[in-house]
Amino acid sequence: MNLLNALGTRPWLPEPAPPLRTGAVVPAATIGLRVLLAVIAVLFGLFVLALLVRAQLPDWQALAGVPDAALANTAPLWVNTALLALSSVALQAASSASRRGRTAATRLALAGAGLFALAFLAGQGWVWQQFVARGHFVASHPAASFFYLLTGLHGLHLAGGLIAWGRVTIRAWRATPDSPDPGVALCARYWHFLLVVWLVLFALLTSPPGTIATLAEWCGVR
Amino acid sequence: MALAIALILIVVASVLFHFVSPWWFTPIASNWDLLDDTIQVTLVITGAVFVAVNLFIAWAIIRYRHRPGQRAAYEPESPKLESGLTAVTTVGIVAMLAPGLYVYSDMINAPKDALIVEVLGQQWQWRFRFPGADGRLGVSDTRFMSGERPFGLDPDDPYGRDDVLVDSPELHLPLGKPVTLLLRSRDVLHNFYVPQFRAKMDLVPGTVSRFWLTPTRTGRFEILCAELCGIGHYNMRGYVIVEDEAAFHGWLATQPSFAQTLPATTAAALSLRR
Amino acid sequence: MTHADTADSHTDSHTGSHAGSHAEPHSFWTKYVWSQDHKVIAIQYSLTAIAVGLVALVLSNLMRLQLGFPGAVSFIDPASYYQYVTMHGMIMVIYLLTALFLGGFGNYLIPLMVGARDMVFPYLNMLSYWVYLLAVVVLMAGFFVPGGPTGAGWTLYPPQAILPGTPGTEWGIVLMLTSLVIFIVAATMGGLNYVTTVLQARARGMTLLRMPLTVWGIFVASILALLAFPALFVSGVMMLFDKLLGTSFFMPAIVSMGQTLEHSGGSPVLFQHLFWFFGHPEVYIVALPAFGIISDLISTHARKNIFGYRMMVWAIVAIGGLSFVVWAHHMYVSGMNPYFGYFFATTTLIIAVPTAIKVYNWILTLWRGDIHLTVPMLFAIAFISTFVIGGLTGLFLGNVSVDIPLSDTYFVVAHFHMVMGVSPILAIFGGIYHWYPKVTGRMLDETLGKVHFWVTFLGTYAIYFPMHYLGFLGMPRRYYAYEGYEFIPASAQTLNAFITVAALIVGVCQLVFLFNLAWSAFRGKPAGANPWGATTLEWQTPDTPPKHGNWGAELPVVHRWAYDYSVPGAERDFIPQNVPQSVSPSEAPDADPAAWEGHA
Repeated sequence: MNLLNALGTRPWLPEPAPPLRTGAVVPAATIGLRVLLAVIAVLFGLFVLALLVRAQLPDWQALAGVPDAALANTAPLWVNTALLALSSVALQAASSASRRGRTAATRLALAGAGLFALAFLAGQGWVWQQFVARGHFVASHPAASFFYLLTGLHGLHLAGGLIAWGRVTIRAWRATPDSPDPGVALCARYWHFLLVVWLVLFALLTSPPGTIATLAEWCGVR
Repeated sequence: MALAIALILIVVASVLFHFVSPWWFTPIASNWDLLDDTIQVTLVITGAVFVAVNLFIAWAIIRYRHRPGQRAAYEPESPKLESGLTAVTTVGIVAMLAPGLYVYSDMINAPKDALIVEVLGQQWQWRFRFPGADGRLGVSDTRFMSGERPFGLDPDDPYGRDDVLVDSPELHLPLGKPVTLLLRSRDVLHNFYVPQFRAKMDLVPGTVSRFWLTPTRTGRFEILCAELCGIGHYNMRGYVIVEDEAAFHGWLATQPSFAQTLPATTAAALSLRR
Repeated sequence: MTHADTADSHTDSHTGSHAGSHAEPHSFWTKYVWSQDHKVIAIQYSLTAIAVGLVALVLSNLMRLQLGFPGAVSFIDPASYYQYVTMHGMIMVIYLLTALFLGGFGNYLIPLMVGARDMVFPYLNMLSYWVYLLAVVVLMAGFFVPGGPTGAGWTLYPPQAILPGTPGTEWGIVLMLTSLVIFIVAATMGGLNYVTTVLQARARGMTLLRMPLTVWGIFVASILALLAFPALFVSGVMMLFDKLLGTSFFMPAIVSMGQTLEHSGGSPVLFQHLFWFFGHPEVYIVALPAFGIISDLISTHARKNIFGYRMMVWAIVAIGGLSFVVWAHHMYVSGMNPYFGYFFATTTLIIAVPTAIKVYNWILTLWRGDIHLTVPMLFAIAFISTFVIGGLTGLFLGNVSVDIPLSDTYFVVAHFHMVMGVSPILAIFGGIYHWYPKVTGRMLDETLGKVHFWVTFLGTYAIYFPMHYLGFLGMPRRYYAYEGYEFIPASAQTLNAFITVAALIVGVCQLVFLFNLAWSAFRGKPAGANPWGATTLEWQTPDTPPKHGNWGAELPVVHRWAYDYSVPGAERDFIPQNVPQSVSPSEAPDADPAAWEGHA
């Protein structure tokens, strides 16, 4: 139902009761996930805005795009990105396998997705270690603070997702072949969302100072 | 029914209170009397709405309170009445907003020739600095702050050497001259507030904020802090003394310049280096 | 993603075939403690919020004692005064009002009013309460740690909030920020439930515009909460980093008490932007449910449909949207870019238009009504009166130049207490007197209710009306004492003493309410299913109080909007929402076929 139309009706005028809803009702879990993703998007969006504002102050040292930058070598981050993307792809495969009732394929894809996600988290941990080893601590300079904060928060969201993944995976091992689990598709959607969030964060954290200045201008915070 | 009477009494008491209240704005001592006028306009409009709404409710209670056999009207909406009320409200809003924004554009555009004075806040005291003969304030930074050098001026900055430092919470200002106050804080947020001046502004560590005014009345006025700044917030006292220009310059001449506050040896060393 | 089971049960419940997973739990623990029933969770939320609100009430009376009779209470020193100020504000805004409106009223009323068996995610709903309780416990722990709770003011502005010179910078501020982060998690879990339940689990025939305004208010407030609390989360986490890890998000270079700190380059104003990006919608998170509740109370007790229902819904939606673009009107003297002032003054005064429409429509509902001055109605009318004062003084503070002389004075204190202290609390009281019969099956005592009403209503006027004039005078807020200020006449102290006495009386009077709540639960007059003759679904349940699953075997079907009061030609002066149209012949579709074809 079109929202604007709905808000324009005169509800006091008599109307026949709508017919029984059949089948096509969007499940609550799907709506709930959409709302949750909107909340998480606002959360990361506000962190990004905070970064753009903070980056306009004179003591900001960019993480990339300047000589000797902390993130001059982005190769490890590309590897991690690939791992997260693979995890996302595997979950998508699990989702479509589950829909077709292919139990074995679902289980395999779910297991792969979990492994890739854990590998991504380990990889992010390794990048943190490299940061520490090169003397970029959380309070060393504001860009480093944001780096730890944003990657950490993203990692926590993925870790939270792994709890859901765990439940879905356990169910997949117990399930009978003819009952597809809608939870797998929801998991996949959450993963794709976190992949997009990560791509945005990755791009932002490795942006040269000029790009950040332009972005700040677009957002009206410069 | 009691509620209707109560509402009428509230309206009467409120209006009476307004007119007999001894608690009202302090007599103004700056050029912002337009601001007082805007407040009056706002008060008249909002006061009328307050009286009208409460009296309407009281009347409705008296007229339409439940009696046996009474039945309410059935009336889902009245687009005409509703859009009429919306239009009237909009007019009222514009009548308040327009003068407000007009005064505001004055408040944020200081005259070019305004006298400059810096206000420096810390927990829980005020200090002041004038730019000296060159008309420019020298660079200051927390790096240069110490017990003996509360202002944190850069000793190497030539513009700072003639700055006049007022290391006491008493500020003198000349009557009838526009003055821009540059606000700086060493530690936390403060707010430079003189009730008689009307205008006020936060002091924000790390940046310089500003506002301007023209003192229009001689006298001694209290400076208060109007932004919570810790347990001493209520006691962060200072004074502004508005006096004629001659008296002001006389006072300013008795205050030391930055160069004069430096120990003789340092001052000599500095002049040698230059 | 893990709620496939609940989703399934709701597919069932839509067909009305059986109650699915909503079998009545048997053990005491699963029924009253680890309950997943929205009604039990609502009561848990409400009682916890009221309990913590009592703490805040006591704190406010202690503050008033110091202000009215400085030095009379020996243990109130500046540090503890500022701790009371801070804890009072934060508890009232977040842990009482937000929790009670959304967790209490929202939880109880949404499923009943839209005709659902429960919230769509009952387990998450239970979790939301327990996480909220954890947040309360962490907050209260502040009173027992070395240094006590934070005294930074409820706005928690850095740098002061985490620097010496402010009470509670050792532990208090950390507990406060941690508690807020935990609360946000709880509020998000709750909000997901409220929004999804309204979108997905409405009974057949319950179109969006047939929902009662209470549901609309809580629904839009839940959306605001979901989108605004992240800003508080962001600012809270970043301040925790500044405090615990030494980062410089909000901390510039500082010489604090003679010590040069390690921080450098941060922006205190950035915190304020984030805080108020949450803080202003927060005002409407509290106000919108109150608007909705008041609309339904007035309509029910004036036996008249709410006037201009569609305008009321549009106004709620418009206010909700606008509330995200007005935040910096809290920052006119913060040192931000002064040109922002034009924008935020304009948006702020625009928001006054839909708000005024709501007030007009409430009083036009009274007009030509059949006004029953029941206790809920008394509170509802008092709400309009106090809200009007708070709204009108908001026009002073929203208008940038007028705000400047008044900001941070007692005018602000009087304004926000009227608009988001007194009036939402009056709405809460009205709501409790109205729905208590459904929750317990018994009426609250009317005489006690009237005593409570008159003392609270007249008392709060006595407290806050004169306070505006202390603000005109220029008395700054958050002052421990005003001794020795020459511009403040001695009479101001007399007025402060008067205000304190009024505040103490109002404070003590709340005991009458608490007694009434407890006593009437056992001894109150039995209420029956629908004591007010109301149309909305919660009054049409087969059992009072409603059982787990709410509706017995069959879900209700909705045939009309929520406001069919005093319909011409109808026998009684109300027609419940689940009564088919044919019951009132004059309203039947064939009376005016064009009308319903056009709007089918």
